Amino acid sequence: MFELLGIPPQALFGQVLLGLINGSFYAILSLGLAVIFGLLNIINFSHGAQYMMGAFVAWMCLNYLGMNYWVALLLAPLIVGATGVLIERNFIAQLNSSDKTRSVIFVAVALVAFVALTRGLSEMSVAVKFVIAIGIGLAASSAYSWRRPFAPSETQTDHLYGLLLTFGIALIIQGLFRNEYGSSGLPYQIPPQLAGGQNLGFMFLPNYRGWVVVASLVVCLTTWFMIEKTRLGAYLRAATENPTLTQAFGINVPLLVTLTYGFGVALAAFAGVLAAPIYSVNPNMGADLIITVFAVVVIGGMGSIMGAIVTGFTLGLIEGLTKVFYPEASATVIFIIMVLVLLVKPAGLFGRTA
Amino acid sequence: MLTEATQAKVPAAAAAPLLSVRGLEAWYGESHVLHGIDFDVAPGEVVTLLGRNGAGKTTTLKSIIGIMAKRKGSVKLAGTETIALPSRTIARLGIGYVPEERGIYASLSVHENLLLPPVVKPGGLSLEQIFTLFPNLKERINSQGTKLSGGEQQMLAIGRILRTGANLLLFDEPTEGLAPVIIDQIGRTIAKLKQDGFTIILVEQNFRFAATVADRHYVVEQGKVVDMIPNAELDQNIDKLHGYLGV
Repeated sequence: MFELLGIPPQALFGQVLLGLINGSFYAILSLGLAVIFGLLNIINFSHGAQYMMGAFVAWMCLNYLGMNYWVALLLAPLIVGATGVLIERNFIAQLNSSDKTRSVIFVAVALVAFVALTRGLSEMSVAVKFVIAIGIGLAASSAYSWRRPFAPSETQTDHLYGLLLTFGIALIIQGLFRNEYGSSGLPYQIPPQLAGGQNLGFMFLPNYRGWVVVASLVVCLTTWFMIEKTRLGAYLRAATENPTLTQAFGINVPLLVTLTYGFGVALAAFAGVLAAPIYSVNPNMGADLIITVFAVVVIGGMGSIMGAIVTGFTLGLIEGLTKVFYPEASATVIFIIMVLVLLVKPAGLFGRTA
Repeated sequence: MLTEATQAKVPAAAAAPLLSVRGLEAWYGESHVLHGIDFDVAPGEVVTLLGRNGAGKTTTLKSIIGIMAKRKGSVKLAGTETIALPSRTIARLGIGYVPEERGIYASLSVHENLLLPPVVKPGGLSLEQIFTLFPNLKERINSQGTKLSGGEQQMLAIGRILRTGANLLLFDEPTEGLAPVIIDQIGRTIAKLKQDGFTIILVEQNFRFAATVADRHYVVEQGKVVDMIPNAELDQNIDKLHGYLGV
């Protein structure tokens, strides 16, 4: 068969496919980050941990509850998205609250509950005790703030604190999973419907990999459509651009913020389920990937939905092609592009300057 | 604080006012801007707040709609106390707000801008009726909101709150920086809205424009209402008003 610049076509298209797969994950993850950044103005550093949680929830669904891949693909984003809603309500939103009593109650009750659990139930694992203690703390602080109107502080807290907060949450989540499941990774089988592959003549396409590219394209374009073309999306764009005025029209912006965060997190979890059969299910899987995703986001620019999608797929492809033509640079090519983009266009290729 | 003279005049509007503001204070951070605003607006009235720059007119509107984070006193809309409510709840009681900077969304088309504010009460205008008031909007329905001219943006800012069924409209300097022909169009619109039973509070620097549309004028000075002049008595009080406005 033909050769291209001395590269056998199997190798070339194999890497192009691999690049598209990586690009699929970059696209979904940077899309979630862009959606969250647009409305909350914070960089969600726990995005990688939430991607990892998606993969773990799929693994738990299968091994504890006997639920197959397709159920997990639907359920994991909902479950992890719900934890995102809890995180936004109880932590991120509290950064802008003038009433700190709620947070103090949470920390105090969770701490007491954790100590009590540690002394009382030694057969339970630390991670489970921790999660129960957090649950009790959240219940207590929610009981306090029940029917108490949210009092926003007069000055917006610096977005840097949101970044630090989500970074801390990411470390905690990863630590809990490492503690419970170790860091060697757990296997997750490809669903039988997608086993095997197609011989395309010039290359062999495993069905599951084709599915990942198609599924992520569909999810990305659906998200784009929802945000750019629907009524709900118009609310979201309005709240992103001018939250105060949007609220003065009678739109519940805090609710929109919470749901948006939950949705962004659900996107990460969806990517995690997609990734589970390809990479092993590992507490560090998110931490490894998210550094690259942040570089992708910097290149594409925050706040552009289509920009995040296009940049994600393109950089995946570029990375794949680099593996073919100059493998030495394949691990760094995205970061080199990031530096170049920052030097020339600091707001990113599709970015609006803030 | 109200002077004896204005207090005597307040009862003219006090027959079940739609909006009743008492002792309204507000702060931007540490800076105390409103020091006790008192005024009433009767249903169907057009009332202006006149005063120099920085007197607190805009802040008064922002406090009524609830976007001033720190405010106290009393603002009653049809008997409901709103001083502690978030702006989204106040808006749903039937207040439509046109901010001074117009607040047209760049990321929304004209059509999306028009449809953005949710309908809060029955009785709002249909899109067709809004296009009858402002034919320009219909021609530019698919343009990006901020690509419109200043006048068209003002029409959009007014048009979009007429859909919601809000019966109390807050206009913050709707004529600022606009050509005379557009100002006339906005004046006719306000007259038409008054005819249709809307209640309007208008913040204006341009009292010549205010005089053509309003029933009464409240004069705001250093965060307080210092005087009230019925439009019919404007001529007798013109020197006093010049004094207030420093023109």
